[in-house]
Amino acid sequence: MPIAHGMASGMGGIRTAGDLVARMQLTQKMRISEAKAYVAEKLKVSVEDLVDVAVMRELREELDIGVVLGVPGCAKGMEAKERISEVLDIRVNCVERSRTRARAWRNQG
Amino acid sequence: MPTYRTRTGDGRLVDMTRDEIRQDLIAGSEDAADRGKIPPLTENEIDRLLDLFLDPACVVGVPAGSQVVTTQDAGNQRFDADSGSCGLGLGMGRIEGLHLMERAFAQDTIELGHIDYSYKVIKPIVAQEQAHLERALLSTVAPVFYGAMPNLGLYFAPDGPFGNPSDLLPAGKVKEALEAQEEASAHAQRDMVFVGTRLADSGADALNLDTTGAAGDADFHSALNTVEELKAKRPHLALEVGMASEFVLGMHGGLQYKGERLAGMYPHDQVRMVAEAGGDIFGPVVNTNTGRSMPWNLARSVCFVKACVEAATIPVHANVGMGVGGIPVFDTPAVDAVTRASVAMVEIARVDGL
Repeated sequence: MPIAHGMASGMGGIRTAGDLVARMQLTQKMRISEAKAYVAEKLKVSVEDLVDVAVMRELREELDIGVVLGVPGCAKGMEAKERISEVLDIRVNCVERSRTRARAWRNQG
Repeated sequence: MPTYRTRTGDGRLVDMTRDEIRQDLIAGSEDAADRGKIPPLTENEIDRLLDLFLDPACVVGVPAGSQVVTTQDAGNQRFDADSGSCGLGLGMGRIEGLHLMERAFAQDTIELGHIDYSYKVIKPIVAQEQAHLERALLSTVAPVFYGAMPNLGLYFAPDGPFGNPSDLLPAGKVKEALEAQEEASAHAQRDMVFVGTRLADSGADALNLDTTGAAGDADFHSALNTVEELKAKRPHLALEVGMASEFVLGMHGGLQYKGERLAGMYPHDQVRMVAEAGGDIFGPVVNTNTGRSMPWNLARSVCFVKACVEAATIPVHANVGMGVGGIPVFDTPAVDAVTRASVAMVEIARVDGL
């Protein structure tokens, strides 16, 4: 069923920009149009480009915000989310947690 | 007279004429309008739904650029546990399940959950859930929800410490039944806040309170108070409230939130309560009637959700899964049914996600 919904009306996740638009809904309670506009502006693409894998696949690699394929050298997991936090100028909870812990360790040292 | 293949509310194929489909669409819409005291679907919206059901294509989709965010419940559990607790029979780790959802299924968000998907059950094993969550967050890119149900029923006998209203009410013990629900609501809130704060501290992007209202207004009451308290304690944890039904059953009847009685609320009022509590995403549910056709069920669902979206100040992610949102009650939902419901919710109800 997730596949059916994804094909019919889903944004495409990390293949495209679906995860980024979702983050704007979660962190800022943005409605779908507003969330898409925000992300498009931050990525410097059109709203239509957000769901175009031909655009987003390369852009995600260029911005190093995580790509759907396991390309060696590309940011993965927490690394990608660090970049997403910077590119979108939003808080990502696990990134913030990681930064806080790293600061604490540095201060101890 | 030509007929068109569609489905019944329990998933079986059925042939209907154009007029029969149209009549069912109008009837479903009017049923929702009557119950919810909301506007029925317009002629244009009925026509669009009719187009979907007359379309011979197996798979339909929204126009490019109209796509919305997909969230989900159960998430990783679909592979080895969900759908009546047998899932797809793929014995795999939960984190591998999340990776599949993110990379193979291209979901916009992913959800970690436990097979025993209730907050009361999670509370004593929250450390294990935190450990799984922390490991998952290291290796995933999409937002990670943690999901479970308020499931107030677990707080009543024989599973819980409080008297069961279903037994107390028929015995005429009304006062005891009301007190049991009030106490259970408070205990459920305490447990959900306990779990939520710890998962927030582990870095979760969001918490999903799934099937809220399943045990009636006290269940909804506990979820709203949980949202309010969690927002105060952990403001950066996004909170999604997904309902169990389009109607909040008044098992208690007198519980209020912000001065409004919860019993009897439909999605357009439910979403206001969730927004007032501080919730970030609302997931309306409209249950499928297996005795009716899919056109009837889908029109009814879209009518309720459309009114909800219009009243909302937060994103609305309609629940469009097995037996809800117009989709037939069948454990392997047909792609033709799922995609039609998906398109209808996006194009007519104008949801922010599914």
